[in-house]
Amino acid sequence: MNKQNVNILIADDDPDYLFQFSLLLSNEGFNVIQTSSQKEAEAYLETNKPDIAVFDLMMEQHDSGFILAYKTKKMYPNTPVIICTAVGSETGMSFDIDNNWIKADLYLEKGKATSILAEEVKNLLNL
Amino acid sequence: MIMDKLNILVVDDEPGIRMGVKRVLQQFEVDYPFMDEPIGFNVVDVETGEEAIELLNSNNYDVVFLDNKLPGIQGIEVLEYINKNMPETRVIMITSYASLELAVKATKIGAYDFVPKPFTPAELRACTENVAKQVFLKKMTKKLHKEGRHIRFQFLSLLSHELKNPIGAVEGYLKMIKERKAGNNIDSYDEMIMRSLERLNNMRDLIMDLLDLSKISGGEKNRELKDIDISQIAKEAINAMQPMAIQKDIQMYLNCKENIFLYGDTREIEMIFNNLISNAIKYNEKNGRVDVFIEETPKTVKVVVADTGIGISKDDQQKLFNEFVRIKNTKTKNISGSGLGLSIVSQILENYHAEITVNSEPNEGSEFIIVFNK
Repeated sequence: MNKQNVNILIADDDPDYLFQFSLLLSNEGFNVIQTSSQKEAEAYLETNKPDIAVFDLMMEQHDSGFILAYKTKKMYPNTPVIICTAVGSETGMSFDIDNNWIKADLYLEKGKATSILAEEVKNLLNL
Repeated sequence: MIMDKLNILVVDDEPGIRMGVKRVLQQFEVDYPFMDEPIGFNVVDVETGEEAIELLNSNNYDVVFLDNKLPGIQGIEVLEYINKNMPETRVIMITSYASLELAVKATKIGAYDFVPKPFTPAELRACTENVAKQVFLKKMTKKLHKEGRHIRFQFLSLLSHELKNPIGAVEGYLKMIKERKAGNNIDSYDEMIMRSLERLNNMRDLIMDLLDLSKISGGEKNRELKDIDISQIAKEAINAMQPMAIQKDIQMYLNCKENIFLYGDTREIEMIFNNLISNAIKYNEKNGRVDVFIEETPKTVKVVVADTGIGISKDDQQKLFNEFVRIKNTKTKNISGSGLGLSIVSQILENYHAEITVNSEPNEGSEFIIVFNK
């Protein structure tokens, strides 16, 4: 797969993460589509199939990322989904991906995401 | 799967109601975006409170629809029994319109909701959907709280989100700078450094707001109640905010007579003005104005903080006073805030049994109105 033909959908309402994730992934040669809300991401998904998607968890709603993951998987079962969030284990919330109600392939802690996101994307795409 | 069906018990001496609820709910399902399967319902019905209690003792019910007027013991007594012995079970009172007062009383002593009868299938479904989602979330949260750690899940998860988010953002920028992700020209990194400083500043504000919030939640012992000159406090708050207003070319006016007194705590009233005035500046347009009005009547003191800013849509007005709510749209994108200001204001106002209301038109401005009783 040619990286320039790989469309990565990113949704994050935090402009700094959106900027960082986009820069890191476009540095790798991927084509990045930036959206800054659940709504914008949904609009994109309506007419486009991303090759992989990276969603922030909390946007307009506290579970925007889950909803987007669910919708993405429903429309495009083969598109890998990564959920990024700053909500971590100290709240008692565990994001076990075997948990069958979370439709994501990977869950990343936001603080760590900048260092490993590009690698994880390549892994999920088998590149 | 966490749950497939919710168990529902209907307690009513009218066979029509029992049949109706059963028929509507047996065909009804509630869907939630990230659930595999929709929630369905098992419905069991009985005629009397005595039978209900007997069943409740031997089976688990998630939701009880409970009529108040029963042949033997009354619904309200069944409600009390459930509250005492089955705190996990939610009770929805079925009442006639004539006894709405009773329904309100019932919700006060622990009923989850009430449906006035006669109700339509749609009303019943709406009410059931509501409670089903609540039961689902509760079960989910309970599952997530391992080893019985009692924490305010939502507040803490939001707090951790609000604090870790900026740390991660700054960390991300620093790593990018360290690894020269934007090339070797040092100017390419100016924006990243600016943004990092901005995020650190916001964190400081958030921590200050949290300190305020913890002081308020600290309770009575920290309060110092006396007659305070509220017009003087408003004047000082406006002066303190002047530098912020000048940056945006905003004029501020205090419209009130001197020496208006209110029985209260100086620090709390300061926090109210500081939060409302700084919002009025932050969410204003360039060259806008902020007006503070204080009006006194024999029984009340009314405070209005009005701005000529971007305004708040009707939908957003509903959420405004919750913790960590920040109205996100293209206009507020570059305005920073902790999302705690208005929640601090409304917490303080609880101490005064005063209410805050908002009038707002998008693109015209907002006014926040507080009426204190003297």
